[in-house]
Amino acid sequence: MDLLVGQLFTGLSTGSILLLAALGLSLTYGQMGVINMAHGEFIMAGCYTAYVVQQAVGDAGASLLIALPVGFLVGGAMGLVLETLLIRRLYHRPLDTLLVTFGVGLILQQVARDVFGAPAVNVAVPEALRGGVDLLGVTVPKTRLFIMALAVVSVAAVTLVLRFTPAGRRIRAVVGNRDLAETAGISSRRVDAGTFFIGSGLAGVAGVALTLIGSTSPTTGQSYLVDAFLVVVAGGMGRIKGAVVAAVALGALQAVFETYSTASLAKVGVFLVIVVFLQLRPQGLFTLRTRSLA
Amino acid sequence: MPLRLKLKARDLARTLAATAAITGLVATAACGTRAGEETAATESCVDTSGDTVKVGSLNSLSGTMAISETTVRDAIALAVKEINAAGGVQGKTVEIVAEDGASEPTVFAEKAEKLIREDCVAAVFGGWTSASRKAMLPVFEDNDSLLYYPVQYEGLEASENIFYTGATTNQQIIPALDYLAETGVESIYLVGSDYVFPRTANAIINAYAEAHGIEVLGEDYVTLGSTEFSTIVNQVKSAGADAVFNTLNGDSNVAFFREYANVGLTAEDMPVMSVSIAEEEVGGIGVENIEGQLAAWNYYQTVDSPANTAFVEAFKAEYGADRVTSDPMEAAYTSVYLWAATVEKAGSFAVADVQAAADGVSFESPEGTVVIDGDTHHVTKTARIGEIRADGLLYTVWESEGPIEPDPFLEGYDWAAGLGDTE
Amino acid sequence: MSPAPVRMFLKTRLGTWTGFGAAAIVLFGLAPLLLSGFRLGLLAQFICYAIVAVGIGLAWGRGGMLTLGQGVFFGMGAYLMAMHLKMADAEFRNGPGAVPDFMELAGIRELPAYWAPFSSPAFTIAMILLLPTAFAVLLGLAVFKRRVKGAYFAILSQALAGAFAILLIGQQSLGGFNGLSRFQYFFGFTLADPVNQQMLYFIAAGVLLAVVAIALQLRRSRYGELLVAVRDAEERVRFLGYDAANVKVVAYAVAALFASVAGAVFVPVVGIISPASIGIVPSIMFILGVAIGGRASLVGPVVGALAVAWAQTALSEQFPSAWTYAQGLLFIAIIALLPGGIASVFKRFPTKRTPVEAAA
Repeated sequence: MDLLVGQLFTGLSTGSILLLAALGLSLTYGQMGVINMAHGEFIMAGCYTAYVVQQAVGDAGASLLIALPVGFLVGGAMGLVLETLLIRRLYHRPLDTLLVTFGVGLILQQVARDVFGAPAVNVAVPEALRGGVDLLGVTVPKTRLFIMALAVVSVAAVTLVLRFTPAGRRIRAVVGNRDLAETAGISSRRVDAGTFFIGSGLAGVAGVALTLIGSTSPTTGQSYLVDAFLVVVAGGMGRIKGAVVAAVALGALQAVFETYSTASLAKVGVFLVIVVFLQLRPQGLFTLRTRSLA
Repeated sequence: MPLRLKLKARDLARTLAATAAITGLVATAACGTRAGEETAATESCVDTSGDTVKVGSLNSLSGTMAISETTVRDAIALAVKEINAAGGVQGKTVEIVAEDGASEPTVFAEKAEKLIREDCVAAVFGGWTSASRKAMLPVFEDNDSLLYYPVQYEGLEASENIFYTGATTNQQIIPALDYLAETGVESIYLVGSDYVFPRTANAIINAYAEAHGIEVLGEDYVTLGSTEFSTIVNQVKSAGADAVFNTLNGDSNVAFFREYANVGLTAEDMPVMSVSIAEEEVGGIGVENIEGQLAAWNYYQTVDSPANTAFVEAFKAEYGADRVTSDPMEAAYTSVYLWAATVEKAGSFAVADVQAAADGVSFESPEGTVVIDGDTHHVTKTARIGEIRADGLLYTVWESEGPIEPDPFLEGYDWAAGLGDTE
Repeated sequence: MSPAPVRMFLKTRLGTWTGFGAAAIVLFGLAPLLLSGFRLGLLAQFICYAIVAVGIGLAWGRGGMLTLGQGVFFGMGAYLMAMHLKMADAEFRNGPGAVPDFMELAGIRELPAYWAPFSSPAFTIAMILLLPTAFAVLLGLAVFKRRVKGAYFAILSQALAGAFAILLIGQQSLGGFNGLSRFQYFFGFTLADPVNQQMLYFIAAGVLLAVVAIALQLRRSRYGELLVAVRDAEERVRFLGYDAANVKVVAYAVAALFASVAGAVFVPVVGIISPASIGIVPSIMFILGVAIGGRASLVGPVVGALAVAWAQTALSEQFPSAWTYAQGLLFIAIIALLPGGIASVFKRFPTKRTPVEAAA
């Protein structure tokens, strides 16, 4: 029984980590169809932001609170630069951006290695988040509760921005039909840049949060990337609620498989489920009805 | 568009036939030795006529393994520098040719071959993962050259062309188990990364446990680099073993120990014995998450000996006071000195002479005296159990009585019969 | 550089033969003369990548399917061949039914049943040709019939490569993380002998020529036209009464077959196959070569694959600790500035404009 509750919680927790990593991706990928392979390196940049802030501030609790917005800005700024310098120029070649951003990712990894050294660095966990809380007979680490809360807050923030701000309306318009949006006087270029800023910023936030549970090293981002893409694909392009459901479902699936087999086989199992699932719903969980003739 | 382009099957057949004919002709004309025949030995191109002699340093400088292997590169460079300052080997200055193994076995094989055949190095130092060593082994055997491999590994291997200066299982795993048994541990839980070292180590642990009445309560593997440990830590916790034996590699340790501390498990109630965590890794995990836990190695930065004091001082002077020294670095550093001593004893750089002279060559290394065993090409090593303390360093809490003879095939242990005998 | 008349000439039958003749002279004549044994071995390894690239050129360049998971098929061919080589080595040492050395180390005493047939060379070669192709057909039907395409397909195939690598790491009877290595003989020939290593190079070069010939015929056939039509306007092809999915499946299967054969040649040439050579990153490397060489052209992928592999080796030998900068910049520069890849440089005077050349 304890194990079951534990697994249930693990599924939610894994799901929220996946969601944090995938949320930004879902935005950029959904809107522009850009497969940004450097997204993992933006997460890594968020991790190192947390590290640098902690070195500067000293107190782990305060530095975490400072690092979250700073991480957003650092990730966002990197995304903005990438969008302006490269992705914008590859606008009609979405699959080429995959290869170009892969190159960018390689370079960013090497930069991290040269600046911070190849060995992993330690970002201390604030005193308040150490240890666990007893819930229904299982010990739940506080760091994971924090990450779940952060995932909820991030999703809520993104939803609110998309739904109730003028910028959000413009983004939704461009996702819905780019040409029509342009006809209505929306500068799709500026919207693209804005989306990329927010999406990459979310990667930075994810990076800061992930230092609480994982390691911070030049190759940190890579381990999250493929899973994040799977979440986006299974959820459906550009659908935040799709990403949420898919992330939690994949997290739960992984946890269940892991209980009955090994962690490695669980990964393979998850993949098979996604292939079968895409047989049923080729466009993902939630499809956006557009009037494009693709 | 006119459909003038039909599949011209006849053309295709002709082209393929022509290709096959040419290939067959050239390839059979170039046929060499068949199975069972003696292969002509490859000529070594090592040039020892000048004032310098080249050696290779082959470590992953990019990719996931760069985390660990860059430190080994630094240690090799330091040893070479010191040897040169002291007059070189056989009066010749040692020159390093560095290559990047890129964390990929095929690249290790390629670069090893390049070092041997194009750079004509006298010996190569490096490699970390077993996969990289297994990939390089045929290259060194086929080209009859020498590799000095500095990392503790899963044993069950002995090659004429490799010198293993890290611990084999009876110098690390078994002493760690002895220590646990001595301290009254009656049940253990095994956690490891999914690759060959943890699997072999756990096979040995299972055999040991059966023979010594220790209960193994669980055995879990995670994908290399995985950071998702809630399930496993929950299972460890509910199993309630006396101790955990940890063979996780690299990044996974960070996530594991944080999760472990967070669910309230401590070194007092369930100590973790790790075999892949050294000074370098403690920094990345965060000492607050791992303080009091145990590790099994042959060397710690805190080992008290004149040779070690000199080594640590020299290393910090070369690379910065904030750097630490660890077991694989020390083994790499030692391996260069062992090679130099063997060459001096043989009076030659030739592979056959070095192999012949190797038995009994010793070096006063930072971990203590190490001696090469000519049969297995391993070295004697002192086993040490270390405890991780608040300053991030490991301190010896137990050590073996003198250096342990290497026994890579565990022939001296009755309970290990049937574990990987190759004959 | 290469003006229209030359291009026109190369399209004629005589031109084709001339092109192949020239390539054969370079591969079989010049390369062995000019390169040292070690470099020739490297070239053989690069040629294996080029064979994969020809298949990707067909599936992606002509068919618009970004196959980010060719490592799977490459790995299948490689592992199948490696299993045969290990079996043959074991039998040569210890007689029929012997257990390969790495299994003894892993504590496996009995030969797993699925290994036994691989002592037969004929069975092995048949499997290398059939298994990946069949798998590609099944997967292709499942995916393309449901009209999964574009980025969806790309990410699915990438995840497939990742899952396949993880699956292999868990298989102790296939060498696990270490993979399979230390081969002694290749169909009876000693692999350590430099003369035999040269023979392997010739085999690799021959396979490359054959694969290019097949791709050329496919491109020039009616099927090739149809494939490009599906790439550029799948819906319209469907409206004309063709089953676009079947057209795609064929190209996908051919690409899988090429990758498998490349893997089978790779194993004796390089002497090791492990999950590290077939996962996500190696699969992207295959694609990068094709993109850099020119995805839609015939020779572009070959040139690109050779160029990327060569540049990687040369750069890492020159700058062991900083070469990834150069590599990353190279990828970005060429793909961003030269959408058609290196091949497009030679297309200064195009004979006809293909508007959707870069469509993916």
